[in-house]
Amino acid sequence: MEEGKNTQSRRKFFSNTIPLALGAITGIGLLSQSCNNDEEEGETVSVLSSDGQLVQVKKSAMTPTASPNVRQGIPGKSFVMVIDLAKCKNARKCVSKCQKMHGLSTEDEWMKVFLMQDSNDTAPYWFPKPCFHCNQPPCVKVCPVGATYKRTDGIVLVDNERCIGCKFCMTACPYSSRVFQWKEAELSEEMAERDYSPESSVPSKVGTVGKCDFCPDMARKGILPDCVSGCPNGVIYFGDKNEDIVTNGNESFRFSKLIHDRAGYHYMAELGTEPNVYYLPPVNRIFDYEDGFENLSEDQIKFFKSSTVKKH
Amino acid sequence: MDQDPKTTRALNFFAAQMVSISKSGIIQLIILSLFILGGLYALIVQIIEGHIVTGMRDNVVWGIYIVNFIFFIGISYAGALISGILHLLGVPWRTPIIRIAEIITVISTIIGPAYILLCMGRLDRLDHLALYGRIQSPIIWDVLAITTYLIGSIIFLYLASIRDLALLRDYPFKSKWRHKVYKFLALDFNGTAKQNRYLERGLNIMSAIIIPLAILVHSVLAWIFGMTLRPGWHSTIFAPYFVVAAVFSGTGVLIIAMWVFRKYYHLEAYITKIHFNYLGIILMILGALYGYFTFSEYLTSWYGSETWEMEVLYRLFDVNEYWWLFFFAAIVGVLLPIIVILIPRFRNINSITAVSAIAVLALWIKRYLIIIPTLETPLLPLQDMRTEYIHYSPTLIEWLLTFSGVALFCLLFFLFSKFIPIITVSKTDDRKDYSELRTLVMKRIMKRKLKEAQLKEFNKS
Repeated sequence: MEEGKNTQSRRKFFSNTIPLALGAITGIGLLSQSCNNDEEEGETVSVLSSDGQLVQVKKSAMTPTASPNVRQGIPGKSFVMVIDLAKCKNARKCVSKCQKMHGLSTEDEWMKVFLMQDSNDTAPYWFPKPCFHCNQPPCVKVCPVGATYKRTDGIVLVDNERCIGCKFCMTACPYSSRVFQWKEAELSEEMAERDYSPESSVPSKVGTVGKCDFCPDMARKGILPDCVSGCPNGVIYFGDKNEDIVTNGNESFRFSKLIHDRAGYHYMAELGTEPNVYYLPPVNRIFDYEDGFENLSEDQIKFFKSSTVKKH
Repeated sequence: MDQDPKTTRALNFFAAQMVSISKSGIIQLIILSLFILGGLYALIVQIIEGHIVTGMRDNVVWGIYIVNFIFFIGISYAGALISGILHLLGVPWRTPIIRIAEIITVISTIIGPAYILLCMGRLDRLDHLALYGRIQSPIIWDVLAITTYLIGSIIFLYLASIRDLALLRDYPFKSKWRHKVYKFLALDFNGTAKQNRYLERGLNIMSAIIIPLAILVHSVLAWIFGMTLRPGWHSTIFAPYFVVAAVFSGTGVLIIAMWVFRKYYHLEAYITKIHFNYLGIILMILGALYGYFTFSEYLTSWYGSETWEMEVLYRLFDVNEYWWLFFFAAIVGVLLPIIVILIPRFRNINSITAVSAIAVLALWIKRYLIIIPTLETPLLPLQDMRTEYIHYSPTLIEWLLTFSGVALFCLLFFLFSKFIPIITVSKTDDRKDYSELRTLVMKRIMKRKLKEAQLKEFNKS
């Protein structure tokens, strides 16, 4: 017991003093730097050092904190998505919001909505499908250069600055989640000038592979992905499995309870990919599936109807 | 170097052809160059405009570039397996054909991988394979296997050519560059007993290495497809299936090349009907083996009748989609060579070459049928209004690059034949080796029989 107390107090001592010491060192360092540059003109900023002193630091001497390690993932997180098929009526807002956010053309869809019918006698339903961010991702396995990778927070990302465009990941993905940039994208000026990061996937690079990224850049700011907040019917829930919570912006659920109560399932679980996207079956639906044809042209309706059920 | 009159005669015959070129030869060269220029144009267009100029789209992400890649790596088997095995077994009739086979190997192993590069979205990042290469990826296996294979087959061809290069060095050519190049390449080879011994040993080792290497290369290639969760690809049979298909097509191309050079350079005295017959019989056996694999592959997936597998099969058997191609590639291309070669009355130089050509074409189409229908059948329904995203059809750019690859193959072959005799002219010591081997085997058999007889005697008493 006593020993335990001792170690605890020792740990406490270190945890209290180390930041102080570090703060003092950086404070002194910054101070000395600002002193050295005293003669030069320039804006100064008041900075509170971690030992509680207010210091004046020249703006030019300040460097931003290191950018987040985009290959590591956000510590302590395990992102999941739950899609409630009972509420989807093919409003396609998730598709268009995603396209707008990532600067995609209207034809390239990272979020897709399929009309599914498992067999001739079963009911058709709308099926929004992002990347599943599998825990056993076949795409990551085959990438020859590690351009697509799995992070600790469960997200599978593509580094478009490393991708060589061999498209092996596209043939390996059984869920058709990946989209190739066949030609130079027409981006807005603002988007084209942004610094590229695999977390934002913007600006896109020609000749490389893109896909739904679960918007980790937004998650860092605590904002829901656009497909979640953009959905008028609250179909898509996003959240953290470690905190056991998912939300669609309006209502929040305990993830485990939602999956348990509503019989959540994995699409094509038999492939052994262990997705991080869960579906709630389309029972007690609030829309008829035909409501989903509202925004579609005659041709599109015909096309959707003819291509749902596998013919053989 | 000592020369027997037969070698001198052959050397004079080939040296004369190597320095001269006929009018029709020049025209053929120009035609080949035009095709290659067409490919160059297509390449520039593709680099400037991006992959949008090809018929490849998000579902069919690999088109005929990959088909050509598999095809060329397949025909490279001519030199690797055929000449490797013939060399190891010391088959005496191999001498006039092994050089052709080895040249096929080297050229097609250079051209094949170029198609992979055409398929890459970012050629400018080729260095990433070295910087970030992951050994877990079958593509890296492929890169390693093919580079090793290419180096191995170049060494094999070179070792097998050293004797001829030494002869050419001593031949009174008019041009100076020839002398310089031959002198450099012949490595002071003079045909001493020691040199001959080392050379033979090197050739034996290389032919033993090249066989497993060739099998590995095509297995890895098959695994690129077999490792994915795709109907029509995810099959355990794929690696041996690809290997057999590759030797089949390699033998076919070898027969065609023999026929062409025989006509072109009047080699009737060297390449005889026997060679066509023997290779024809090898082709027939390989055809039967390949047909067996094909049958086994489609029968199991049809009988199992899993939804996804059936989707692909129905596409292949649909008259409006791939049936006629499938019929030609999997039935005509297999049965016709077997029937024509099996029946002695049909078997002659021209017919064997004709069925070889059919088999080679059928195998190109078969590779197309392996790649495209599977990619057109994703697991999720294909709900895309853009027809080019649903059905793949190669564009002019892709065809231009395909034909220019074939033209480049022919051109390089032609240039090789102007640089070195297309048939080994120097006398090799094969027959001696072969008879030695045979006496060795005979001695062993005799010994065993003697022992058995003694044992019998002993049991009786």
